[in-house]
Amino acid sequence: MNIKEYLRPDSLQQANELLSENGAVIIGGGAFMHLGDLEIEKAIDLQNLGLHYVEENNEFIEIGAMTTLRELEMNSIINKSFSGILSKAAASIMGVQVRNIATIGGSIYGKYGFSDLLTALLALNAQVELYNAGLMSLESYLESSMDKDIILKVRISKGVSKAYFECFKKVSADFSVLNTAAAIVKGKLRICVGARPARVRLAKGAMSFLNIIDSTNTAAEMAGILASEEIQFGSDIRASAEYRKELCRTLVKRCVLEVLQ
Amino acid sequence: MKIEININNNSKCIEINPSETLYEVLHRCGVTSVKKACGTSSCGICTVLLDGRPIPSCSFLAAKADGHHITTIEGVQEEANSLGALMNGEGAVQCGFCTPGFLLTVIAMKKELSNPDEQQIKNYLVGNLCRCTGYEGQLRAVKRYMGVSK
Ligand SMILES: Cc1cc2nc3c(=O)[nH]c(=O)nc-3n(C[C@H](O)[C@H](O)[C@H](O)COP(=O)(O)OP(=O)(O)OC[C@H]3O[C@@H](n4cnc5c(N)ncnc54)[C@H](O)[C@@H]3O)c2cc1C
Repeated sequence: MNIKEYLRPDSLQQANELLSENGAVIIGGGAFMHLGDLEIEKAIDLQNLGLHYVEENNEFIEIGAMTTLRELEMNSIINKSFSGILSKAAASIMGVQVRNIATIGGSIYGKYGFSDLLTALLALNAQVELYNAGLMSLESYLESSMDKDIILKVRISKGVSKAYFECFKKVSADFSVLNTAAAIVKGKLRICVGARPARVRLAKGAMSFLNIIDSTNTAAEMAGILASEEIQFGSDIRASAEYRKELCRTLVKRCVLEVLQ
Repeated sequence: MKIEININNNSKCIEINPSETLYEVLHRCGVTSVKKACGTSSCGICTVLLDGRPIPSCSFLAAKADGHHITTIEGVQEEANSLGALMNGEGAVQCGFCTPGFLLTVIAMKKELSNPDEQQIKNYLVGNLCRCTGYEGQLRAVKRYMGVSK
């Protein structure tokens, strides 16, 4: 990564103006950007803009974009909310060293296929607030191809009654071969499958079908089957598409059992 | 650009290139105990403490360290000596290349976690790879250092 100029703006407005210039990019923790061969004219560090927080009110929990994965793992509000799945997903990522620098903002903006955090966030029906585009669902954000913008925060409604996250890694500090999450949000079941190895997706067929089944065991079994049939899987160095499909049945079943019990 | 950092309790004002990593700047300042291996923040060899927290100095921009305290093994001599002696006693050191990063991570863990169990210790040390020892001796030494009985 080659950076010509490093800037630490004092206001969001200034950051946004700088970002509109050619070759300007936001730097989160810089952990992932460091891996690329980027030529950066202006690196904009958001560390002076107060985007480092976890806040709670009666309706939401909000997480500032510069909050690190380690903070998600350790923060007491995050630990006790959403059945702890955000902390669990964050804790599954690499070692403490990476988690001490990687941010939630960088994890969302990257839209990485391998992401463990996005799978948990999407199951929780999180929203993302951007400086220009405003507040939108994470689902819409992941599907959009937007202009450069600044992620300010993530907002998660407290209407989550139960949630569960599971990932399968060959060794602890590797990318997941597959990850899955389920959550009951405002009475409705959500199921996500990520690291397929493409970006996380909602298993919408399974979700709508399951919302009408009573028996927990049958529902969990069916969820695994439906999700593995409707989601597309790919092959890479970690696993074949066929292997991921089998894994999906088991992991989704486990997640659904956990949230329905 | 200029940054002000405190390295092992010495404040310094340093002229850096904005692309430089913290590892590169530390070496330029003569702090050569910090080693580098993967260059992708995957192995933990280059670990230093930023305000007491372990970070991968190979992937962390020096510009981001502006205004912060950096601790390397030179800054924690006493703790490093006692942990190092336990590691030697358990046959937990071979080539020694990963040792400074490993010791720093353990020293940070002791401050961060009170009374961890074996699994918590293992989880904390996931990011520190050692290609010589097979981890068993290290784990024994770390458990003794942390005062974990089982
Ligand atoms: C070696 C390694 C292994 C990893 N393994 C895993 C894993 O197993 N599972 C997993 O889920 N994740 C993994 N990650 C990814 C990690 O969890 C983060 O998602 C990633 O590092 C991005 O976070 P960052 O803060 O470092 O972002 P950066 O690298 O700083 O930025 C990433 C992108 O986001 C943009 N950006 C950053 N912040 C903002 C913002 N606020 N607004 C707009 N744009 C922004 C940047 O311009 C850049 O394009 C790994 C990362 C590394 C380095």
